[in-house]
Amino acid sequence: MASPETKPATAGARYSAAGAVARLLGRFSSARRKYGLEWWILIAGAAVILFSIYLAAFPATIARYDPLDQEAGPQMSAPSRAHPMGTDNLSRDVLSRMIHGSRTILGVAFAAAILSSLIGIPLGLLSGFVGGALDRVLSLVMDSIYSFPGLILAIAFAAMLGPGVVNITLSVAVIYIPTYFRLVRGQTLSIKEELYVEAARAIGAPRRTILGRYIFPNVIATVVVVFSLNIADAIMTEAALSYIGLGLPAGIPDWGMDLSMGKKFLPSGVWWMITFPGAMISLLALGFTMLGEGLSEILNPRLLEK
Amino acid sequence: MKNLLRYALTRILLTIPMLWVLLTLVFVVLRVMPGDPVSAMIGGHAPERVIEEQKEKLGLNRPILVQYFAYLGDLARLDLGNSMIYNQKVSQPLLEKLPATLELTIVGMGFTMLIGIPLGAYAASRRRTGRDFGIRLFGNVAYCIPVFWMGLMLQLVFGIWLNLLPIAGRTGPRVYASEFQKTGFYLLDTLIAGQWASFGDVAVHLLLPSLTLGIVLSGIFIRLTRANMLDTLKADYVLAARARGIPERRVVYGHALKNAFIPVLTMLGLQFAALLAGAILTETTFSWPGMGRLLVERIYLRDYPTIQGVIVMFAFFVSIVSLIVDLIYAVIDPRVRY
Repeated sequence: MASPETKPATAGARYSAAGAVARLLGRFSSARRKYGLEWWILIAGAAVILFSIYLAAFPATIARYDPLDQEAGPQMSAPSRAHPMGTDNLSRDVLSRMIHGSRTILGVAFAAAILSSLIGIPLGLLSGFVGGALDRVLSLVMDSIYSFPGLILAIAFAAMLGPGVVNITLSVAVIYIPTYFRLVRGQTLSIKEELYVEAARAIGAPRRTILGRYIFPNVIATVVVVFSLNIADAIMTEAALSYIGLGLPAGIPDWGMDLSMGKKFLPSGVWWMITFPGAMISLLALGFTMLGEGLSEILNPRLLEK
Repeated sequence: MKNLLRYALTRILLTIPMLWVLLTLVFVVLRVMPGDPVSAMIGGHAPERVIEEQKEKLGLNRPILVQYFAYLGDLARLDLGNSMIYNQKVSQPLLEKLPATLELTIVGMGFTMLIGIPLGAYAASRRRTGRDFGIRLFGNVAYCIPVFWMGLMLQLVFGIWLNLLPIAGRTGPRVYASEFQKTGFYLLDTLIAGQWASFGDVAVHLLLPSLTLGIVLSGIFIRLTRANMLDTLKADYVLAARARGIPERRVVYGHALKNAFIPVLTMLGLQFAALLAGAILTETTFSWPGMGRLLVERIYLRDYPTIQGVIVMFAFFVSIVSLIVDLIYAVIDPRVRY
């Protein structure tokens, strides 16, 4: 973030990336011994996520059918050996649609979370650091958006932008900007008062260095936790948007869309068309939540008491 | 008392900028962003002239600032404009559907508290045991289940497989509309009319959708109640109560839970927004004729004035509920007023 020439001479307070990684790894290995349960929650979450990333990365090698193939089997047949999750109303293989659909939902959720953190974090840093009128205005706007039901805002965006992968990503990203803003602003406000920041200021470090080298690295630990929880939330928002019918064009396999299709056949007892897509959404969201929870217990040991 | 009044007044004044920001946001999303309601509604192939005429009629070809002030002016007079599709004022369907959504939300919130608060308190009193872990696991899983999937699965189990409960609508076919003309809250209306059979029918229809909302949102309350209870259970007065030999059950649920309740109340206000969003999805799942379904229907019809009206209505609600919660909070906890 900051250029090397502006490195201040306060060796004690200097932030080094290698040191941080070492400290983090140290914390993890001691964490495994210290908190059995939290450690396993973290591992379980990570396992779910890695598995779904694997599905999303190589869907064609795992799925037996093309997700759009309308001649994969009989129409709406219950799960069987040939079709472990059954087939849908257009004779497509549900399992193959699940595997291919993981790519859509993971892609949208990741992209949205990255986008909103890329906007929210710098604004939060700036607002907390600079203060004054800028801070008041930004806080008012962000707090107002934050108080509004996110899904309704996303629906409004998606309705205006129309269907499409990019549009749905934007609609999901918008509602999470305040989450990052509020977190980072709060952290910045308290870190700003720390002695080592004051020391850096006293020796004349430029603002950019103070922000990039002293404040940002200390903020980022909590951002990691929120990022993981945020993806869980984004997954559910994406699924909700496409369940309502605002998500993606018909050619893209998507869990939320499959769910809304299955809803139509629920009264005739076609349970597999709703059970599997919903279970996948829940499992994926749960994976990211568990990862976030585990991380937060281990990175912020003070929270462990709760 | 004087402090309370001063606090209330400041808090009410603070609601205005918040509402203004929200309304401006709605305007920006619906009017300034790309996407033109008129061509979207009429379709891309309509002649330019027809599109221009329609825009003229709706005032969409005026400069954006003029539109903005007209929009704020209309809202100040509580005028939400006319529907683009039907010959009706936007406020008409809104007022019709509002009670349905509120009824669902309120009963859903009741279930949330009924499930979340006792379970959270119990988990805290059995900290780090198998039961505590089980309850926390339930809370986390419930939180990660999309509310619409929970609704579909409950429909499948209780509506289709067990055939116990209805899965769509607010009433069965044998309930007459004339019974629902007082408040629009069907539970209340049937009670006032003294129609017990209809009351039962309405309650049975309400059960699955509100339970869906209740279960999904209970996760947050389990977590929050548990965290607060852990703090209060460490307090001196709890130790004192235990030392005096008061039964453990009364210490936990009488003494400690009462004090852990204040943050839970705040959470209730914050979660109201989540409940409203959940209600939209639940309404879609259960064909519940409320605001959420109205919003989704009108999005398909591209009836922009009504879409805007629904969102503005939600914005009002969120601001007012957060105001009310803060005021109650100030009454309960005097420290807030300073």
